[in-house]
Formats: sequence, structure tokens, C-alpha cells
Amino acid sequence: MSVFTIEAGLALLGLVLLLVEAFKPDISRRTLGLTAIAGTALALVLLVFAKHDTASLPSFMQPWHQLDTLALFYKGFALVITLLVLWLTLECAPYLTRFTVDGKLAEMFSLPLIVCVGMMWMASARDLVTVFVALELVTVSFYVLVAFARKSAFSLEAGVKYLILGALSTGILVYGIAWIYGATGTMSFDGIAKALANPATSKTAALFGAAMLLCGLGFKVAAAPFHMWVPDVYQGAPTPVTAFLSVGSKAAGFVVLTRALDAFLVEGSIIATEIQALLLVVGSLTALLGSLPAIFQTSVKRLLAYSSISHAGYLLLALACRDSARFDLSSGGIVAFYLATYLPLTVLGFLGLGLMRANGLGEDIKDFAGLAKRNPLLALLMTISFASLAGLPLTAGFIGKLFVFLGLADHGYWGALSCAVIAAAAGFYYYFKTILAMYTSEGTDSPALTLSTATKSVAGVLALTILILGVYPKPLQKVLTPASEAVAVK
Amino acid sequence: MSVLEIIIALPLLAALAIWLGAPARAASLGATFLNLILVLVATVQYSGKAANGLAFTYSRPILDNPSLSFAVGADGISLILALLTTLVMLSAVWQIEDRPNIFYISSLLIGGGALGAFLTTDVFFIYAFHELALIPTFLMIALHGRADAAQRKAVAWKATIYLGAGSLVLLVGLVWAVLEFSGGSKLTFDLEALRNQATLTPLPAAKQAQIFFVLLLGFGSLVSLFPFHSWAAPAYATAPTPVAMLHSGVLKKFGLYGLIRIAMPLLPQAVHVEWVQNALLLMLLGNILVMGLVTIHANRLDDTLANSSVMHMGYIFLGIAAGTEIALKGAVILMFAHGVSIALLFGLCGRMRNQLGTLEYNKLGGLAAHAPAFTVLFAFGAFASIGLPGLTNFAGEVMIFAGSFTSFKAGVLSNLHWTVFLALWGVVMSAVYMLRAYRSIFHGSATTGLFMIDPAVSQRVPFILLAATLLVTGCCPWLLLNLMKSAL
Repeated sequence: MSVFTIEAGLALLGLVLLLVEAFKPDISRRTLGLTAIAGTALALVLLVFAKHDTASLPSFMQPWHQLDTLALFYKGFALVITLLVLWLTLECAPYLTRFTVDGKLAEMFSLPLIVCVGMMWMASARDLVTVFVALELVTVSFYVLVAFARKSAFSLEAGVKYLILGALSTGILVYGIAWIYGATGTMSFDGIAKALANPATSKTAALFGAAMLLCGLGFKVAAAPFHMWVPDVYQGAPTPVTAFLSVGSKAAGFVVLTRALDAFLVEGSIIATEIQALLLVVGSLTALLGSLPAIFQTSVKRLLAYSSISHAGYLLLALACRDSARFDLSSGGIVAFYLATYLPLTVLGFLGLGLMRANGLGEDIKDFAGLAKRNPLLALLMTISFASLAGLPLTAGFIGKLFVFLGLADHGYWGALSCAVIAAAAGFYYYFKTILAMYTSEGTDSPALTLSTATKSVAGVLALTILILGVYPKPLQKVLTPASEAVAVK
Repeated sequence: MSVLEIIIALPLLAALAIWLGAPARAASLGATFLNLILVLVATVQYSGKAANGLAFTYSRPILDNPSLSFAVGADGISLILALLTTLVMLSAVWQIEDRPNIFYISSLLIGGGALGAFLTTDVFFIYAFHELALIPTFLMIALHGRADAAQRKAVAWKATIYLGAGSLVLLVGLVWAVLEFSGGSKLTFDLEALRNQATLTPLPAAKQAQIFFVLLLGFGSLVSLFPFHSWAAPAYATAPTPVAMLHSGVLKKFGLYGLIRIAMPLLPQAVHVEWVQNALLLMLLGNILVMGLVTIHANRLDDTLANSSVMHMGYIFLGIAAGTEIALKGAVILMFAHGVSIALLFGLCGRMRNQLGTLEYNKLGGLAAHAPAFTVLFAFGAFASIGLPGLTNFAGEVMIFAGSFTSFKAGVLSNLHWTVFLALWGVVMSAVYMLRAYRSIFHGSATTGLFMIDPAVSQRVPFILLAATLLVTGCCPWLLLNLMKSAL
């Protein structure tokens, strides 16, 4: 079986769920949710056993679809995050339904499947048209998801902001694609790389196109100065959607960036120097502009939004460090590694937030006061998540940052390294401020908070993943190493 | 599997067991006692060897390239500090506090983190374990410190910002060193590999000086090197007793350990480069003279102890600045001695505060009358701190002073020698403030009618243990020196 049939099946499942909900309104959300979860889990299992090489694809697909290790890794990544988001939706359902029309959650279970298909498709993209179609599939689904809690003014505001800025960035992206096509005469990444290595190609046009493309993608991954939408949208969107945006949408943006930069920064590229400098500047700015404002946030959800921006900054800096002989991982591999460690941290953090909300608590730092008394386990799990997001050694979050810092130091990008270090230091402050709040004794008179066994086990698995990856990252490195070779060979 | 892995894991596992519901006091006393025995056995075994490099080594690779591994191994310095950690940890968990579980867990985590930092040989893990130990320290000061909520939080944040910024500078220095000394095509964090490369292809002295200075600022702010010291005294005065014992006694030594174990072997000439040495001498004189004067002006016992702990770091830095073998060995011995004596003093100070509710000199007096045993134990700590012959601190200080003078040529006094002259005045200051504290607390008349009684015999055990350590290693310093035949 080929991988693309899994994607087709998943898309079909999404559509069927949508229809079932429309024609059989009395179906319980639990049934819908569990079906979607079962389908995604099945897809994940099938992905492991499917044929894993590009040659297994029909020949008409091969020019625009590939199955290298990076693609397969991101497909698995998309499935895992979708699985977790679906489960998180079920977990938050009692609270979410208060803000939806008729207390229904139907599309909340089918649209994530569509988003997932888009992300999986994008991971395999070999040309800009495929990228664009897949990216739009993801973005348009997100327009609906962000505004899903229609009775909440915040969600509506978030939806409108996301729609306007998303549409604008799409326009810029298409404009960039057009210029690149004009300059190189091709849409495929391989063709673009070849054309850029040729000194006869118009440098101005190619550079302008590439810069526009990076701007468009910058919106998607929340790179400065296109990051202003993130705090409002993250705060307003339903918590599961925020987690999905923060991890899934960001990963989707970065897989495209990895592919595009492999082409732009190919050996002998005429625009390499400029793009490299642009990445360093934008990456440093993003890390700082995410981290420094986060210091002043009082809402944990907004704080996580700003931190998500600064993580995007580190990822951009990782992309700026082109392949070094001193690492087994290429820059694309490091980005994939970072995102893989980022997934459990972020999902666990948002899970904690969702659980607080489901138990009638707020999302401000002050609402965390005394959490350790009310539920020691939840407090411990949140501590692990936040400490790891801050980049505490011996947790997964540190290893990713270590790669980025080492890469920057190895290439001698000292300016960018100092910005990254300052951003990380600020991160320590605001995460530990939140952790401290959980253990203060104020607010201990609030009722105890109970978690179901399922919740405990999923959260426990996430926390264990964080700790294990923090002390034994070798297997993940192994998984990603061939990916880097595949990238390097091209 | 190496015995060192068990030593590192025991306190961490005990902390986990307590969190899961095991009886706190039994678990922590059991684990720390077992740990002390294990370290003692390892130490005795190690001191029997003729030549001593790294022993008890074991390595588990966790990342290929850059090469990272969970590698344990110990030389004499590591073992001396591990011994210090287990001694202080046992005495710290012996203290009874009113919120047992959280105190036991954090004491075990701080101790376990310190053991991890001292007994691993991979720079990454050395750094990581130290960070791990800092977090419970910070949380305990902020949550259970001895001041009102706003003040203890401010104290905790000040310490965190200094230590956090210091750690980041340190990280930059370590990454720089790793990049310089990795050699070949592979980045490695293994300390032995880095040291070999540093011996094979040493850097030019000027460059060594630059890297060393970054490391000095990083490690130095962790050890409250002047002028990065102002977090330390309020933090110790505010911290709960076990935390004060563990941080000032053990965890603070990490910075010095890093300088002696990482910075100096990799960058052997750096400390003899003139500008580095002069800068270090100026800073350590700040510790000894400025902090000495500050300590003399303290009016409360916890202030005196906290400031004196900052001041005494100056001597150890002097040993490092001199860089001779005798001075460095003296520095290690003084690290051990200071750790034991300050833990003893902070432990006793905590008991006094619990019983009397105040530590101000003008409210205390004549306590010796009803608490003779307590007075004797305090005298051990105080006299060790002054540097009385027969107690360990004296051995360390003498070696540092003598070692700093080995390069003396007739008639020519270098900056180092002048520093020694000035630093000797620190000993006088120590005598002034310690004797003043001793006199005003234990002698004279109890003006306000406060008096205290001796702790129960079972509660004396940890203090007797620490005092006996001071006496034994003070009379027989070769017990420690035997561990460092070739470690430097």
C-alpha cells in the first residue's frame, strides 16, 4: 500500500464524518470523536507499514510528490498531533460546547482530519503548486476552527484576525511564487535549485520572489515582524485549536521552509548570502520579540502564544545554520528534531490549560495559585511542561535548543547567538514565574481538581516522553539522520 | 554500571519514593546514610591506589554527533566533594522542619543534583545536574523562606537572576571551550577527550585568557565572587535551614569545582596571563576585605554566617589565582572544610532560631549556661571558620598561602604576593566577627531572659558528625591529600 492512499482514506473519513453529523444530528459527540481518533490511529499504524520510497508512487505523481525520510517523519508528526488534538477536544468538550451553536462540536472532529491530510500532503511536496494547494487546505480549515466557539467574542475576534491576515499572507505567498516562476521558469524545487545555481538567472527577480515567499511563510510560522496576530488568535481560539495551531500549523510552515531553503541556499546559489542574512536577522528578531513581551503577560495562554513565537525564532535560526560537518543532523533535521521535542511540551501545556478551564478555572497566572495543593499530579505535569519549554537541561526542550546554539556557535553567528541566549534567559523568567505560582499556598481553599484515568495516562505518557527524550535523544536522532542525508544528496 | 551511578540515583529515587507516598524521614535518612557509606567505601578504595586518574568510569552514549554521553567517573577532587555532599545531605535531612515532605524532597534533589554534577565527566551533564539542583533551592527560598511573602520572593528572584545569568554566561564559555577543543570533525562534550585535546594542541595564551575569563565570570557568579555576590547573603539568611546548609555548604562549591576541574586543565596558562590574574586578584580581595568588613558590621547571627560564607570564597579563589599545585590542593581542602563548617553553623543557627525566635546579638547572651553541648558544637564550627590549627580549614588556608608564595624570588614582590599580605588580614577579621558572635551569644548575661536547652541526643548526631569530620581531617589532612596524588 502506498502512503498517499492513507491520506486519501483520511480525507474520506473527514468528509463522511461531516455528512453523518449533518444527516444524523442526534449522534453523540463521543461517537464522532472516537471514530475520528480511531481513524487517525489506524492511519498512523498503516503509515509504519506502508511503502516508504518515492519509486513506489505512480509515475505521474513522482515529479511533484516525494517520500524521503523528512516527508515520512512529518507525516507521522501530523498524525500524532492530530490524534492528540482530537483527544484534547473530547477532553475540553463540556466546556467548549457552552460557546458553540446548539452545543454541537461536529466540525471540530472532521476538520482536524482535513488539516492533517493537508499537512501530510505538504510534507511530500516537490513543487510550489503542491505546496500552495496543501497550505491552503490547512489554512482554510483553520479559519473555521479558530472561530469555532461562536458565542465567545474572543473566538470571533480571533477568527476575523486570522482570516484577514491569513488571506493577506496567502496573497503575498502567491506573489512570491509568481516572481520565482518568472525568474527561474519552473515551479519544482529541484528546478529552482538548478536555476539559482546558474549565474545567468536574474538575481533581483529571484531574490524578490524568494523574499516574498519567505514573508508569506513568515506569517504562517509567526516570524517577526509578521507575528502580531499570534497572541490574539491563540488567546481567542478554543484551546485544542490553539495547540493545533501552535504545533501543527507551525510544523507545516517549517517543512515548506526547509524544502524551499534547500533550494534557495543550494551550493553556488546566487541569492544564498542575502537569504542567509535575512534568516539570521528575522530569526533573532523573532526570538527576542517573542520572548521579551512574554515577560509582561498575565494570561498563561497569551504567554504560551508569545513563547510559541520565540520558538519559531529558534527554528528559523536553526534553518540559517546550513549543514555542518560536525553534526549528524542537517539544518532541516535539527528543525524536525526541535519540532518533535516541541510537540509533547506544548500539547501538555495546553492540555493543562484546557483541564483548568474544564474545571471552571481561569487562564491567568493568578489562577494557577495553589494548583499544587488542588492537584499535585497536574501541577507536576505542568511543571515538567513549562520547565522543558524554558529549556531546562535533562528535558527534551534543552536538547533542541542545544542543537541550535551549537550550530550558531559553530558557524560563528555570535550576534544571533546572543539574541537567542537573551531570549532563552527571558524564557526562564516567565516560565518559572508561572511554576512558582502553582506552588504558592494562596488560593488553597479552592476545591480539589480531579482527572480521569484516561487523562492521567495520556498526560503521563507526554511527560515521560519529555523526560526520556531529554536524557536519551539518540533514537530520535537516528530516525532523523537518513532524512538529513536525503536532503544533503539533492 | 558503576557505583557512582547508584550514588547519583539514590537520592533522586528516594525523592520520587517520598512523592509517591513513602515515609519521608525513613526514606531520606536511609538513602542518604547508604549514600554516605557508598561514597566512603569508594573513597577508601580510591585512596589505596598508587596513581590516580579517573576511576569508576562508565559511559552511556545518548547522542552520536555532537557526541554526548551520560558518563560517570571520579578523581580525588570529585570524591572529596561527593563526600562533602553526602555528609551535608545526611545532616540536612536530619533537621526537622514543619513541612516534612517538601523539605525532604527538595533536600534530596539538591543533594542528588550536586552529586550528579561532581561525579559525571560529560560537560553537558555536569552543567545540567547543577541547574537541576538550583531549581528546588530557588523554590524553597521563595515558598518557605523566613520572611514575609513579598520579601522572600524578592530574595529568591534576586538569587535566581544572578545565578541564571551566571549560568548562561557559563554556558557560552563552555560551548566556546567545547568548540575549541573538540578537534577533528566531531563535537564532543566528554571532559577527558577535551582535556586530551587541550594537552595535545594547546591554544595560544591570549586566547586561553579570553575563554577563561568568560568561564570565570560564569562560575564566579555561582560562587558569589565579588562583585557578583550580592544575591548570596540575603538568600542564605532567608533560606530554610536544610537549604541554606546544602547550598552554601555544597552547591556553591560547584563553581569552584568547575574552575579547577574544567577551566584550569583546559586552559592551564590562562590564570598566569597578567590581566586575568590581576582581575581575579582584585575581585577576590573584594570578597575578603569588603565582605570581611561587611561581616564585622552584621548584627544577627544569620547575617554574620551568610556574609562570612561569601568572604571565605576569596581564599579559595586565591588558591586558583596562584595556580600552583600546593595552592590548588589547598583550595580543594578548603572547599571541603568550608562546606562542612558552614553547614554545621547554619544547622545550629537554624535550631537557635526555632527555639529562640531571634538571632540578634543584642537580645541574646549567656546561652552556654543551659546548653553546654550546643555551645561546644558551635565552637567547633566557629573556630574552624576562623582557621584554628587542628581543624580542616587551617590546613587549607595554610596550603593556599604557602602555595601562593612558591614563586617568590628575593626582593621582587608580585601582585600575587601583595594580595597574600592583604588577604592575611581576612583571617584577623574572621577572628573578630566569629569571636564576637560567640561571645555575645554564649557568654555574658541573658539580658532579655531568653535561654535555650541542648538538643536531644538523637538531634546532636548530625552536628557531632560534622564536627568530628572537621577534627579528623584537620588533624590528619593527608587523608584528603592522599586522594589527590595526581588529580591536579
